[in-house]
Amino acid sequence: MVESLERFIAEHKFFAGMRPEHIALLVGCASNVRFGAGAYLFREGGDANDFYLIRHGRVALEVFAPQRQPLVVGTVEEGDVLGWSWLVPPHVWRFHGRAMDTTVAIALDGRCLRTKCDEHTDLGYELLKRFTGIMVQRLEATRLQLIDIYSAAP
Amino acid sequence: MADRPQAVLARDAIGALIEALDRRGFEVIGPVVRDGAIGLDHVERLEDLPAGWTDEQEAGRYRLMRRADDALFGYAVGPHSWKRYLHPPDVRLWAAERENGKVTLVAQASPPERRLAFLGVRACDLAAIGVQDRVLLGGPFRDAVYGGRRDGVFIVAVQCGRSASTCFCTSMGTGPAASGGFDLALTELGGRFLVEVGSEAGAAVLGELTTAPATDEIRGEARRAVEAAAAEQTRAMNTGGIRERLHAAFDHPRWEQVAERCLTCGNCTMVCPTCFCTTVEDTTDVTGGHAERWRRWDSCFTTAFSYIHGGSVRTSGKARYRQWLTHKLASWIDQFGTSGCVGCGRCIAWCPVGIDITEEARALGEG
Amino acid sequence: MNLASTTDPMVPAPWTVRDVRTETYDTRTLTLAPAGGARGPYRPGQFSMLWVFGVGELPISISGDPDAGDRLIYTVRSVGKATRSLVSASPGDTIGVRGPFGTAWPLDAARNKDVLVVAGGIGLAPLRGVIYQVLNHAHEYDRLFVLYGARTPRDVLYPKELRAWAKRPGVQVLTTVDAGRRTWRGRVGVVTTLFPHVDLRPERTVAMVCGPEIMMRFVARDLVARGMAPGDVHLSMERNMKCAVGFCGHCQWGPHFICRDGPVFPYGTIRPLLDRHEL
Repeated sequence: MVESLERFIAEHKFFAGMRPEHIALLVGCASNVRFGAGAYLFREGGDANDFYLIRHGRVALEVFAPQRQPLVVGTVEEGDVLGWSWLVPPHVWRFHGRAMDTTVAIALDGRCLRTKCDEHTDLGYELLKRFTGIMVQRLEATRLQLIDIYSAAP
Repeated sequence: MADRPQAVLARDAIGALIEALDRRGFEVIGPVVRDGAIGLDHVERLEDLPAGWTDEQEAGRYRLMRRADDALFGYAVGPHSWKRYLHPPDVRLWAAERENGKVTLVAQASPPERRLAFLGVRACDLAAIGVQDRVLLGGPFRDAVYGGRRDGVFIVAVQCGRSASTCFCTSMGTGPAASGGFDLALTELGGRFLVEVGSEAGAAVLGELTTAPATDEIRGEARRAVEAAAAEQTRAMNTGGIRERLHAAFDHPRWEQVAERCLTCGNCTMVCPTCFCTTVEDTTDVTGGHAERWRRWDSCFTTAFSYIHGGSVRTSGKARYRQWLTHKLASWIDQFGTSGCVGCGRCIAWCPVGIDITEEARALGEG
Repeated sequence: MNLASTTDPMVPAPWTVRDVRTETYDTRTLTLAPAGGARGPYRPGQFSMLWVFGVGELPISISGDPDAGDRLIYTVRSVGKATRSLVSASPGDTIGVRGPFGTAWPLDAARNKDVLVVAGGIGLAPLRGVIYQVLNHAHEYDRLFVLYGARTPRDVLYPKELRAWAKRPGVQVLTTVDAGRRTWRGRVGVVTTLFPHVDLRPERTVAMVCGPEIMMRFVARDLVARGMAPGDVHLSMERNMKCAVGFCGHCQWGPHFICRDGPVFPYGTIRPLLDRHEL
């Protein structure tokens, strides 16, 4: 199991270009997780100490508001990376994450990783570079959602 | 020019020319004094022409002035151009009736009953007709209204003996000498005219008039008159590389400056002899049984011009002025292979705030 | 209308509404049959000017299959007076049709390549003819990808067809919405978020993109960032149109007449114009 975890992380496009010793540090913080359909990976306000590499399935990012049905503001699926609140204090989840289908993922322990990044700052730099890229993509996509481009009138 | 047959006409032969054209079934359109300007209208006799009148023009200014002589064509250009007749301001394209759900076309646009003869076409306006020919007849579709009116037009050009201060045809390469595209061309020299024949139709009409031979002395006088008109021009447009310069000037600060003055009134588009934009209006009567489609002159200076999906694309005056100028001097070249401007200067005179297209083009061309 | 005999491009031909299908709460599809004579040829990407007696005329893309029968099919979203009257048409009504006008999607250039269709909102309608053609002549093309983004699940166009297309071999269909409820089992996010899930071979792909201008701009930029040549990405542009034959001047966009030089343009040709605000 550890062997297949190591291979999955080593070959994942998100970590492409990282040195083997960094991959080994990541593997040391990784575990397999599985969520049934409808189960919550995390809830808004909860401690954010993980991020996930989705291997299979789909996760909905949800927001609740009084008098409204829960609204899905984004979905992530196989191949996507989910969660950056582990990197950014105060380390709490901003949305709910609910498995839409049975979801299998690799969870990386944020506390474990934060400690290793403090010791190995070059690992920290490599991770920050990659997470910043994801945040930029999500931010751009979110801004496009905001302007409601399909609405009938400008 | 030396190849063309030439002759001399006395002043009142112009009246005979009008009558000859009328006899041949033409409706003769020529210059007339109207509403404080020299416009264009139906003319029947010599007396209809603006004898002894000239125009004084500057940016935002047009005045009719009396001449010391009684020259028939002693002015430059007025607010009307020949597009009023070839590309009319209002045209009904067709009408339809609906009865019991069945729709029938009842009328379509047809050419005017009489062919048109234009008397007094300046070189710049000849060039403008050529520009509109390319736009409306030279593409994949043929504008039926323009084509129907343009076919068989008889053109009597008039060479310029003077320029207004707003004229810049010399720099645009469109004048002041008319070198082709006419049936007859007149140069007014005191009480007589040198006439040049430009076509067989022109020769036929001239054949009905009393002429005297053209002498070298008269030919020289005519040449000098046109040269004087050219030398008189103070305004100029630098056309070298203007297409590239304007396409690169999209974010030039000059647009903001001119936008502070421009009223987006659209006068320039109405007096410009090459502006061709129209709108299509579908109307119906109160019963809903009769529908018509009209085509009317339109102007890119209106916000409605670029309206789509609940808003206009060019909301600012700056964007609309930029559209007009860039189209006229640059995009026109991409679209039709020539400039859209013929240097007639009408837009300079008739702009209420006196925006000068040559000045704007110069400022925009500078880094 | 005894207009069929005229070749004047400003005179509409009479067509009869045969079918009106409700697609969504604000969108309907009209099927028209010629009142006399046959339907001429057209290519996906082209548009007609549709005239409603007493109301007016507007440009609508043809969204049917050019190989199938003699009907003209239009999917119309009701956003104003003229579109409202079009979607309110009933079978038997007469609609005036002029056209087809404009440039078409480059199906010829896509032969033996992957076809990537990226649509946003009502933009799927002008691209549906491409999907039909590629599926009808599947041996002439490689893979087909249909990436579709809509505002909400209620706005998804042609959902049954999307499902049917996805079942065809060599076809991948990915749909997403900008916001959804729990009942939506699909993706949520803008259409650009679909790209990482497509096995794109940029050098062997022709992309055809249609939707709001902002969406097309972001999609085209993203595709080029992923290695596509700007000449292989095609957009369908839109501006105010009155005559559709290059005379009225309304549809000008920079040096282009969209009715005549477009509406389909290669991204490479128009890239600098897309960034110009109020052009």
